[in-house]
Amino acid sequence: MHEKLGASLTDFAGWLMPLRYGSETAEHTAVRTAAGLFDLSHMGEIAVTGHGAAAALDYALTGEPSALKPGRARYTMICAADGGILDDLIVYRLADNDFLVVANAANSAVVGAALADRAAGHDAAVNDRTDDYGLIAIQGPQAAAILARLTDADLTTVKYYGSYPVQVAGHPVLLARTGYTGEDGFEIFTAPGDAEHLWAELTDAGAADGLVPAGLAARDTLRLEAGMPLYGNELAADRTPFDAGLGRVVKLDKPGDFVGRHALADRAAAAPQRELIGLTSQSRRVPRHGYPVLWNGEPCGTVTSGAPSPTLGVPIAMAYVRPDVAAAAANEPGTGTGTLAVDVRGRAEPATLVELPFYRRPA
Amino acid sequence: MTVPSELYYTPEHEWVAISGSTVSVGITDHAQRALGDVVFVSAPAAGSRVTAGEPCGEVESTKSVSDIYSPVDGEVTEVNPEIDDDPGLVNSDPYGAGWMFRVRLDDTEGDVPPGLLSAAEYAALTKEQQEDGE
Repeated sequence: MHEKLGASLTDFAGWLMPLRYGSETAEHTAVRTAAGLFDLSHMGEIAVTGHGAAAALDYALTGEPSALKPGRARYTMICAADGGILDDLIVYRLADNDFLVVANAANSAVVGAALADRAAGHDAAVNDRTDDYGLIAIQGPQAAAILARLTDADLTTVKYYGSYPVQVAGHPVLLARTGYTGEDGFEIFTAPGDAEHLWAELTDAGAADGLVPAGLAARDTLRLEAGMPLYGNELAADRTPFDAGLGRVVKLDKPGDFVGRHALADRAAAAPQRELIGLTSQSRRVPRHGYPVLWNGEPCGTVTSGAPSPTLGVPIAMAYVRPDVAAAAANEPGTGTGTLAVDVRGRAEPATLVELPFYRRPA
Repeated sequence: MTVPSELYYTPEHEWVAISGSTVSVGITDHAQRALGDVVFVSAPAAGSRVTAGEPCGEVESTKSVSDIYSPVDGEVTEVNPEIDDDPGLVNSDPYGAGWMFRVRLDDTEGDVPPGLLSAAEYAALTKEQQEDGE
């Protein structure tokens, strides 16, 4: 289907995925100003069901899914015993004993295996349902208006991180107000056989509003502007949620043990070893994943993600740096004793520390 | 993907238009498609020397950065003044308004500088690379 639209496809974790349909910058801008349509069918869906499902997830994850009401979802993580991040996840509570865990495509096998392992001894079944779901995201300021034309559901009652079984274009779907772009929007879980028709209906319904199909390239710059971490860049098995500035997803005060509790409690109490920061550059040479960050000319960290920001018009990057550098640079923006730069292929390009996110949608 | 027959090419996806002792250089349609939206071109400065096969500039796109390799030996005489303000010309018109720089050849003896590919050879190369999954 995407090839019919002229998409450039890329191999992503074994899935042939649309990288871009036309200009990724135009796709990015459409999501910021109108709406974009994403095929996310590569994401992993893992069902955790049974009377012990809530308890199993409380033990398996850093969050507290047992505290979710049915119809609600939460961003969370699954960590190893040493506190390292195995993946970041969204957990949907569909019913009291029925949860859906959405994992990154590249990690879904690891997550599925870890969940099965950790659910042992609880009255809970873990099943990889990735092939049973298509996933389409509609994101952008016009997303709700476009979607409203295809459903009787009252979208004004669909809260951020809420999920509801509704009909869209005549198909039963699970509709969630979630996304990875920094815009309002929805993710639509559908039967795989309905996905192509749903995609076509959404495309038609949004054409007059400027809705365009958008690929992985635009998705990456959108999430970066929104300061959202990406597994493999900001998040990794040798990073904890605290490193990434996401300690809030670790519920150390929840009752009972959970995998990684000891290591994460130690990490929460200890001085941080590194800090995730935002950088902008006035140079047009773009800091990219893996480039060294320099403080007074000396390496002090590494860029995790970088791109020319279509919205800001300058290069932006996220990077891990030493905490003293993050503090010093924050105290003395652009002045004082220290200078921050990124080694862009052998040349130091001056950089400015900025607060994340780079972009926040207008209220 | 277009490969104009009157141009010459490098395996690194530059094109060369020969006009007497001067050549114009840009990147191919294949290259701009692979790169995605170009946001910045760092071309060699006018007056600088370039050597065939050596990096002499960079193309920044949203997803990546790539070296520009000089297709010829010579001196840069001119840099496209338009692409600094509008690097998207490299995407919209790679063989025309998206040209990058001009070089006065050191050696004007031969008709065609050594090592360049014909349009047919370049088309075959990119087809091969696509089939190899590049």
